Amino acid sequence: MSRRRISLRQELPLLVWLVIVWGALWQDFTPGNLLFGALLAVAVARLFYLPPVELSGRFSVLRAIPFAVQFLGRVVAASFQVFYLAVAQGPRVTNAVVAVPLRSHSDLMVTATGHVISLIPGSLVVEVDRSTSTLYIHGLNVRNADDVRKLRKEVRDTEAGLIRVMGTKEELEALNLEAAT
Amino acid sequence: MNPDASAVDTAVDVVSAVFMIVGAVMSLAAAIGLLRFPDLMSRMHAATKPQVLGLFLLLAAVGLQLRTWWVWPVLLVAWIFQLLTVPVSAHMVGRAGYRTKHLHRELLSTDELEAVVLKAAEAAREQDSDGGR
Repeated sequence: MSRRRISLRQELPLLVWLVIVWGALWQDFTPGNLLFGALLAVAVARLFYLPPVELSGRFSVLRAIPFAVQFLGRVVAASFQVFYLAVAQGPRVTNAVVAVPLRSHSDLMVTATGHVISLIPGSLVVEVDRSTSTLYIHGLNVRNADDVRKLRKEVRDTEAGLIRVMGTKEELEALNLEAAT
Repeated sequence: MNPDASAVDTAVDVVSAVFMIVGAVMSLAAAIGLLRFPDLMSRMHAATKPQVLGLFLLLAAVGLQLRTWWVWPVLLVAWIFQLLTVPVSAHMVGRAGYRTKHLHRELLSTDELEAVVLKAAEAAREQDSDGGR
């Protein structure tokens, strides 16, 4: 077979996730059930082969928790903002499509940034340019150049947060250099 | 029943009631947004986004009311799957909507994608005419 074998270490996050989903769906976290789930997870991962996600091998829980809390806070704030816009402005709302070049060129990081940005109300990824890792974002209520700058900064800050949580060492160093200057 | 337990019960009931009402209000926000916003893209914002918070609050209310710890993983998995799929569907609809021109250009203050899409379309056209010869 021409498929490149992926190491168990690389596959482990996927397997753990599958076992958690199995346990959650049965609502049964007894060792026997989890073991059967693990067997199924290995079988599924072998039979339905997916290209491995290239993880950076670094994950900072210390950074992830504040990031998640901040994310929830922003979702709450932005949800009410969109609600207000729908009621107060409605058909007169002004939008913009903004190009945001990202620092990282890894697929995972671009996807994660796009996801987080899309989940926060008021911004939506319209197009991704993978070769230059540029996200084209549709922003709600972006009236002038100042708002455009704010939206771009928000996206770049989100990416910075994600790099701190799970970026590679090189990306992290580049980010620290950038922050220092 | 001792008074302590009922006090906790009342607190849980109040919290889940607040969660349910705010979650339902988020659905209302989506409905109002769908009606009021002018074009497909801004409607996408209203249609997909409030559900992230709305669903979170409703699931949390369900979890609080059932009072059994093993429903929490199911609820969390349900929410995570929602988080994973919502941006993808929003992106696909938004992308298709942009390219089929289901948007009001006069309502955009800036459009940094237009030039890129035009260029790509031109390149595709050139390639087509080259292939036809």
